Amino acid sequence: MAVLFAVAPWVGLYPVFVMKVLCFALFACAFNLLIGFGGLLSFGHAMFLGTAGYVSAHAAKEWGLPPELAILAGTAASAALGVVTGLIAIRRQGIYFAMITLAIAQMMFFFYLQAPFTHGEDGIQAVPRGRLFGVLDLSQPMAMYYTVLAIFLFGFLVVYRAIHSPFGQVLKAIRENEPRAISLGYDAERYKLLAFVLSATLSGLAGATKALVFQLASLTDVHWTMSGEVVLMVLLGGMGTIFGPVVGALVIITLENYLAPFGQWVTIITGLIFVVCVLAFRRGIVGEFAAWMERRRARPGG
Amino acid sequence: MAGDTILETRGLTKEFKGFVAVKDVNLAVERGTIHALIGPNGAGKTTCFNLLTHFLTPTRGQIHFKGREITGSRPADIARMGLVRSFQISAVFPKLKVLENVRIALQRHRGHSFDFWRPERVLDALNARADALIEAVGLVGFEATAAGELPYGRKRALEIATTLALEPEMMLLDEPTAGMTHEDVERISALIKRVAADRTVLMVEHNLSVVATLSDRITVLARGEVLAEGHYDEVSRHPAVVEAYLGTAHA
Repeated sequence: MAVLFAVAPWVGLYPVFVMKVLCFALFACAFNLLIGFGGLLSFGHAMFLGTAGYVSAHAAKEWGLPPELAILAGTAASAALGVVTGLIAIRRQGIYFAMITLAIAQMMFFFYLQAPFTHGEDGIQAVPRGRLFGVLDLSQPMAMYYTVLAIFLFGFLVVYRAIHSPFGQVLKAIRENEPRAISLGYDAERYKLLAFVLSATLSGLAGATKALVFQLASLTDVHWTMSGEVVLMVLLGGMGTIFGPVVGALVIITLENYLAPFGQWVTIITGLIFVVCVLAFRRGIVGEFAAWMERRRARPGG
Repeated sequence: MAGDTILETRGLTKEFKGFVAVKDVNLAVERGTIHALIGPNGAGKTTCFNLLTHFLTPTRGQIHFKGREITGSRPADIARMGLVRSFQISAVFPKLKVLENVRIALQRHRGHSFDFWRPERVLDALNARADALIEAVGLVGFEATAAGELPYGRKRALEIATTLALEPEMMLLDEPTAGMTHEDVERISALIKRVAADRTVLMVEHNLSVVATLSDRITVLARGEVLAEGHYDEVSRHPAVVEAYLGTAHA
């Protein structure tokens, strides 16, 4: 996958498009860590994407921070918001958990709509990309591209490691049977909180990076539809699979890009995909593919 | 009595809206014994278990474990103190493999597992212990099977292996042999007897032959109250017990 993305700009793919895919793929991977392995459906994840975007854009433009520190500041802001939101939401389960995250995300949306530093509907525009570590000029498309790729791979590996770690095992156990995990002496809420904060932090990393790529932080990224979009990406790609979120993000962003001339029809088409996905192939693209491979392997003599 | 008491309840009561599930239960379990809790359906046995492990909060009364009051302790803390329960419905982690199920419990010896940056391989060190437990409950050959795909009796066996992995000082087993085939019942009974050699067991059990052969002491509950307590022979002849089990015995 790393190689595929590394050569992508050389085979005629527009770098900004691939960078957009990478940012959303990281966002979706972070979301998948929470829903696919922690069994927690957050319906407010846009707040982590958007908060990091605003903070890093503000840090880069108004405070003149170099890109690495701007990204760090944005990511840290989302991590902090993740701790606060997590502490409140984690005490409830299922629909109540989703509703609390949605409510907090809506509060954040109206805060960003009103706060002067976000410039409301205009957003923070013309964010300087700056020089990475003082040397690498990120206004060069290829320099920016490989920086984004490196950030994505880092985030992806963190998620992969977390899923396949002693912590990941306990998290899966809690998802499977929470009372039993508690009866074995595991403090379920603390494990879920850590998963939530990890997910928020990596979503923040995606948002901060995205703000530098597009040199823009806007209300789109904190809007509730963004929270819905990431759910769609993960479901479509395959919840609880490693590569599913990446595939889901790729498909959705591609559709949005190429169907852009049809305007509002994009919403209807993605809505249709969502319905078809939930009705016909609930495991998502990668999940269905894995199941198909499994069936082939299980077939005698096959 | 020579032995000391490991678990004690005083005036344990649980009231639900308009109905008393557990009423003023004073229970004393002696260290190193197998103590059975029996009684007809709805007698409050499982509620008792839920109170002891704080999956439910008692309305009144206290619970002492190893001389410390645990009435208000959190369930995970109670488990870490060495009082570990099993569940009536088989409690496994269905999508995890049998080996992983046991390992989840063994992982507890590492302390907290918040280390999300370490590879799963560090857990391989626990495999030998896990294999030994899997063998003890007769699940050899199923290590790589998803727990959810095991037949019912084997799920219960897996659950016991998982509970044992914690090496608890005291185990609460909620109907360990329910729904098992005859051979499974014998294997699990033998296993309980073996593991009880160096720990205390409190179990809810419907199979009276299991109760008769295994338990040192029996407490009979009916409608939330203690009806009788003692050795199997005494309890089984107790008129109130006979009545509770058979309805009005002299009708």
